[in-house]
Amino acid sequence: MAGAKEIRGKIKSIKNTQKITKAMEMVAASKMRKAQERMRASRPYAEKIQTVLSHLAQANPEYKHPYLETREDIKRVGFIVVSTDRGLCGGLNTNMFKAAVTQMIDWDKKGAEVDVCAIGKKAGSFFKRFKCNLVAHTENLGDQPAHDELIGTVKVMLDAYDAGKIDRLFVVYNEFVNTMTQTPRVHQLIPVESSQDKALDHHWDYIYEPEAKPIIDGLMMRFIESQVYQGVVENVASEMSARMIAMKSATDNAGDLIKDLQTVYNKARQAAITQEISEIVSGAAAV
Amino acid sequence: MAMTVHIDVVSAENSIFSGTVTEIYAPAEMGEVGIHPRHTQMLTRLKPGTVRVIDQQGKEQTFYVSGGILEVQPHVVTVLSDTAVRAADLDESAALEAKSRAEAALADKKSDLDYAHARAELLEAVAQLDAIKKLKKRK
Repeated sequence: MAGAKEIRGKIKSIKNTQKITKAMEMVAASKMRKAQERMRASRPYAEKIQTVLSHLAQANPEYKHPYLETREDIKRVGFIVVSTDRGLCGGLNTNMFKAAVTQMIDWDKKGAEVDVCAIGKKAGSFFKRFKCNLVAHTENLGDQPAHDELIGTVKVMLDAYDAGKIDRLFVVYNEFVNTMTQTPRVHQLIPVESSQDKALDHHWDYIYEPEAKPIIDGLMMRFIESQVYQGVVENVASEMSARMIAMKSATDNAGDLIKDLQTVYNKARQAAITQEISEIVSGAAAV
Repeated sequence: MAMTVHIDVVSAENSIFSGTVTEIYAPAEMGEVGIHPRHTQMLTRLKPGTVRVIDQQGKEQTFYVSGGILEVQPHVVTVLSDTAVRAADLDESAALEAKSRAEAALADKKSDLDYAHARAELLEAVAQLDAIKKLKKRK
């Protein structure tokens, strides 16, 4: 049995770790609240613009925007992967990478090459090691991501699509379901998926005022912006709640460990005392 | 029962209104449009102004939008606005201040860029004041 002193040292070091995880849990909890608010605020816009675009994809417009056309022959696909900048948030990033890689392998089997655009430090370092083509990378977006910082990264992918280098674009991020659950989501950005609304299943078109092209172009730009932005803020909200949960279980585990070690320590101390007494008694008997 | 249409007014920051109404008026780029249920599909840009809706009880509600896009489907209308506020939440003094600031900027036009910016700002402020005025008149 280890000496009482060594055990005492171990308990102390675990207590220090517990203090840190506890502090991180509380920081994550307070950040989570703000991140969730931000995500909830922009969610309706992102959802509605998606609906409008899916209607548009089902229409037969006079002006067909390139993002609405499905290309048959797919040679190369693009992925925008949104990850966190920092670790210690449980299996959040790993699960998302797994979902992304599964999709990428599927495309690889179909003979399409894969381009990746990484948002966040973790995605950057992961896809550098992974056998794929990393075309753009941005990190340190912070907890309040700004629209214009994202646009540059996304622009690379959009330009590639316009130039016909990639034929499909996906965005991968963690969707915030609730504090306990976050699910990785692979979402097709372009070409825009059409709605499966039966009522619209005939030949129709919008009335455009004043003209189709500027409206649809503007709408597309806003759509891409809002979808990527939404992906990033959802991911931040997911990161904060995942970190809070991870740190909470770390704190609890440290508590359990301390409890077990305390028992071992008490036993060791008791054993030492018993031994001392028996030594004294036998010494006295010998005299 | 009167025919109704569902409308969603959302801005980049929030969902402003969602409900069933009988009439909608919106400031489209080519002039104000009135939309009744079963209107044919339409897509248009909005300029700064007020969106008015009349609900099933015949009550009118006003929202201020700073521009955006209006999508009309026969049974659902979506207003995607850059910023939208309920007219009742608008700040009259702030709007007046913005108006005078924009007018001052227009008066000494230095560059074209400033000019265009100031013009847009002035239009927005005037539209906001307009929304407030409309709201007050009804009270």
